[in-house]
Amino acid sequence: MLLIHCPYCGEERPELEFRHAGEAHIARPENIAEISDEDFAHYFFYRDNPKGVTFERWRHMHGCGRFFNAVRDSVSDKFLTTYKAGEPKPDIADAANENQINTSKGQGAK
Amino acid sequence: MSAAGANRIAGAGRLTPANTVRFTFDGKSYTGLQGDTLASALIANDVHLVGRSFKYHRPRGILSAGPEEPSALVGVRRDASRHTPNIRATVQEIHDGLDAVSQNRWPSLTFDIGALNDIGSPMFSAGFYYKTFMWPKAAWKHIYEPVIRNAAGLGVAPKEADPDNYAARYVHCDVLVIGGGVAGLTAALSAAESGARVILCDENAHPGGALRFEGEARLDGMAGHDWAVQAAGRLAAMDNVRLLTRTTAFGYYAQNFVGLVERVTDHLAAPEPDMPRERVWQVRAGKVIIAAGAIERHMVFANNDRPGIMLASAARTYLNHYGVAVGRKVGVYTANDSAYGAAFDLKRAGADIPAIVDLRDEPDAGLVEEAGVLGIRVLTGHAVTGAGGKLRVASMSVEPKKGGRTEVIPVDALIMSAGWTPSVHMFSQSRGKVAWDEETGRFLPGTYAQECASIGACNGTDGLEATVNEALAVGEAAAKAAHPKAKKPSVAISVGSAGKWAGGMVGAGPGAEAGKVVKAFVDFQNDVTAKDIRLAVQEGMHSIEHVKRFTTNGMATDQGKLSNLHGLAIAAEALDKPIPKVGLTTFRPPYTPTTFGAIVNHARGKIFDPMRRTPMHAAEAAAGAVFEDVGQWKRAWYYPRAGEDMHAAVNRECRTVREVAGMFDASTLGKIEVVGPDAAKFLNILYTNPFLKLGVGRLRYGIMCREDGFIYDDGVVGRLAEDRFHVTTTTGGAPRVLHHMEDYLQTEFPDLKVWLTSTSEQWAVIAVQGPKAREIVEPFVEGIDLSNEAFPHMSVAEGTVCGVPARVFRMSFTGEAGYEINVPADYGRMVWDAIYERGAPMGMCLYGTETMHVLRAEKGYIIVGQDTDGTVTPHDAGLSWAIGKKKTDFVGVRGLKRPDLVAEGRRQLVGLKVKDGKSVLEEGAQIVDNPKQAIPMKMIGWVSSSYWSENCGAPIAMALVENGHNRMGETLYVPMPDGVIEVEVCGTVFFDEEGGRLHG
Ligand SMILES: [Zn+2]
Repeated sequence: MLLIHCPYCGEERPELEFRHAGEAHIARPENIAEISDEDFAHYFFYRDNPKGVTFERWRHMHGCGRFFNAVRDSVSDKFLTTYKAGEPKPDIADAANENQINTSKGQGAK
Repeated sequence: MSAAGANRIAGAGRLTPANTVRFTFDGKSYTGLQGDTLASALIANDVHLVGRSFKYHRPRGILSAGPEEPSALVGVRRDASRHTPNIRATVQEIHDGLDAVSQNRWPSLTFDIGALNDIGSPMFSAGFYYKTFMWPKAAWKHIYEPVIRNAAGLGVAPKEADPDNYAARYVHCDVLVIGGGVAGLTAALSAAESGARVILCDENAHPGGALRFEGEARLDGMAGHDWAVQAAGRLAAMDNVRLLTRTTAFGYYAQNFVGLVERVTDHLAAPEPDMPRERVWQVRAGKVIIAAGAIERHMVFANNDRPGIMLASAARTYLNHYGVAVGRKVGVYTANDSAYGAAFDLKRAGADIPAIVDLRDEPDAGLVEEAGVLGIRVLTGHAVTGAGGKLRVASMSVEPKKGGRTEVIPVDALIMSAGWTPSVHMFSQSRGKVAWDEETGRFLPGTYAQECASIGACNGTDGLEATVNEALAVGEAAAKAAHPKAKKPSVAISVGSAGKWAGGMVGAGPGAEAGKVVKAFVDFQNDVTAKDIRLAVQEGMHSIEHVKRFTTNGMATDQGKLSNLHGLAIAAEALDKPIPKVGLTTFRPPYTPTTFGAIVNHARGKIFDPMRRTPMHAAEAAAGAVFEDVGQWKRAWYYPRAGEDMHAAVNRECRTVREVAGMFDASTLGKIEVVGPDAAKFLNILYTNPFLKLGVGRLRYGIMCREDGFIYDDGVVGRLAEDRFHVTTTTGGAPRVLHHMEDYLQTEFPDLKVWLTSTSEQWAVIAVQGPKAREIVEPFVEGIDLSNEAFPHMSVAEGTVCGVPARVFRMSFTGEAGYEINVPADYGRMVWDAIYERGAPMGMCLYGTETMHVLRAEKGYIIVGQDTDGTVTPHDAGLSWAIGKKKTDFVGVRGLKRPDLVAEGRRQLVGLKVKDGKSVLEEGAQIVDNPKQAIPMKMIGWVSSSYWSENCGAPIAMALVENGHNRMGETLYVPMPDGVIEVEVCGTVFFDEEGGRLHG
């Protein structure tokens, strides 16, 4: 069982209290009704699923209830850091995996 | 002759001769000693044959003296419901009355009919599952599988439920030490003396590890084992130490989370009834010190599985710890120094050692000399190429390994050592990467992935002194990491002589090389021979993972603790590649077999999953309700009266609701309070419907989509105030809908001033529906004018019902006029009873979920999840009216415009009339437009809801059918096993199409 640091509670808590919520930093387009089929497909269906450093969302479901972002290594399952929703991608990941940064999509609140 | 067995040596071992224990094996009674394992007690009584093998039913004996045992598996029975199969005889401690049975034999252990498999064994060679029985399909089901299932397999599972309790504990510690041998004990002492909170676990009844058999080890001037006893005593006395014996670390998970299982009662003759059988410890450790030791490997030669052939360290353990000689005439076959110690000890205890056969040309001169002094013949550069005897080894055939004359030497036991494999299982489970050590020919811990350290034999540390020094340093460092100001430990251990753990050989020995048709076993439990592994390579398996699966080498319950390295070496040789290039398979939990009881633990029976009951549950039960499970909820399904079956009860309930009235418990509906100045704006985004202009006091049926445009949930939304909404969700949807709402609120629209609160359990919901609904509830309601004019269909108001605060909804899921009365949950029963007392004499009935389903289907109201399946849009469901035409944004607005979602011919929800007027379609049944086409037919849809409608006097159904909205009046077909049912496509409303009754 993983221990996950909730950036809102400021505490490490067991994984049982959390729920994974998909890839992070994918913002809902503001003009969503107007975007092309291709843009919609990329927004809704396409995911990076990298081997290595991954940006993902978690929710402290059975705690404060807040959504937040995490940087995790998908190979070791190790959390590099967690941070509040809306905050930019932390540098730590830039250094750890430059390729991921190049293919990332936007800096939305999600 | 000792009472506790003919092979018991007076003065040897550490058990007390007076403490005898009676047990049975295959119905025969034996005497052992307190502290014996089943294996040591059986050998003491000269029983080596303990089972038959998995595939070939070959006679099998005891190979080891520990948890790595692949061969000596027995069933242990306490009573009818306490029969545990596949217990390792080398681990099970005996107690008075222990009842053990051999497995896998019929009619008896000494004469087994399945052993014919051994003779016909080409049929069972590697990969036989994949190759032989692929075709024809039917033959597999009717011929091969039953035969193989009877012939192959291990013990028999108990037939009754497990009556035992299992306990679980969570603990935190600074340092967890896995293994209580000399390394683990020393590290634990070092860490504990430094002030760290320490847990030491050891899988045996007493710590000591290899000190149990290593007679020459000396620590602090004491014999090794005496030191271990004293060290364990010191640890047990410390407040900051928890010493867990009979406790196996079975799984190493993320972030130093380690699962331990403690066997609490299996060794007791009469356990207290309130004791748990096992206790699982879920440990979160700051640092894990792995001191798991090493496992001796067997030699791979022809018929190396005959009973009486065992590991040298096992024989030494049986002698030095249990006082049991494994034979009177014991042959020794080794590629390693450590077997010499066993030979010398046995010789000194009075056994005859006819020869030590050493595969090496020049073993340690000192050992050879000592053998000479003891009068033991050493044959260097020789190999044992075969074993004689069947139910017990009777001889060993010895040849110079370069070839030459074969000498057959009679023996009644044969001990062997190919060397030692460091136990890297826990390290590997921690996701550490092992590295091949070329010099010593073994895999050792390489790159660490977690906060752990390996010490002693499992780290490739050879010799007692190096082990102790390493353990002292690692223990202290671990304590320092937890407590930077930790004091220096006062442990000082002086070390005497010690054996060596390096060296040896891997792979098949002489006589079992490629081309030799012999059974030289690599994996005893899965009956895998050296030849099988070569065959796998020949058949094209080039990765060790493929070789493993093709041969099943290492895939038995022992996970190849003895066999993996041999298998790897043989595959590497066949592939002509170095061992590290072929790679090692991954070790996975559990380290040793772990009971389902321990893993399931408390989560069984009633507390496997929480059971949720509504506030009116008891009243419903008293009224005779039959309940159905809806998720975790118990919901009243129907209320049969005397003489009624379900069909009759539901028909009566359906009629009564439409003719008079019915009362229904709707408390399980999900409820979410949406509050704040931007609440309407928020709901406008979350639902397809427009909400900005919904008036206070009004209700609206809302559809919630995902971004892809498919229906996600539905419910009724009531506006209680400008800034306050009462939202209902489907029964099963409440948590995910709230999660979905929170997601949008927190991450996409964080600027909206809205607060969401789950109120599902806060309200009891009583639905009263039918022509007399108003007349029944009116006297109880205060503060709300229930007249049609003041409170029409789709209204909501707050007032009191039976004097308690209530939210009354004028709404209907039946098509009748009716109310859903929400009162605080604790008052639900009181209000329910009051309404029932008034309504029942007026002809009102109670109705359950089945009637609710029928009535809503008569009206064409969908149930999300039944009439939708995650690929249905509001348009498909005939709910286009629920999409706000002027809205520029809502969740799903873009998804609904996707090409596939606006294409012609989508599956659309329609009604079906059954032409014969009586057949009730099966939900889930497939629909075709031409029943005469060849099989497989093209399916154009499926039945989503289907009932007998008493009110229509006919069966009714809804279905999702390709292009359904344009097929009105068409005839379609539902092919069923006993005939094709003709149906006519129609609208989804079967009753009161104009909807006038809603407003009555
Ligand atoms: Zn939190």
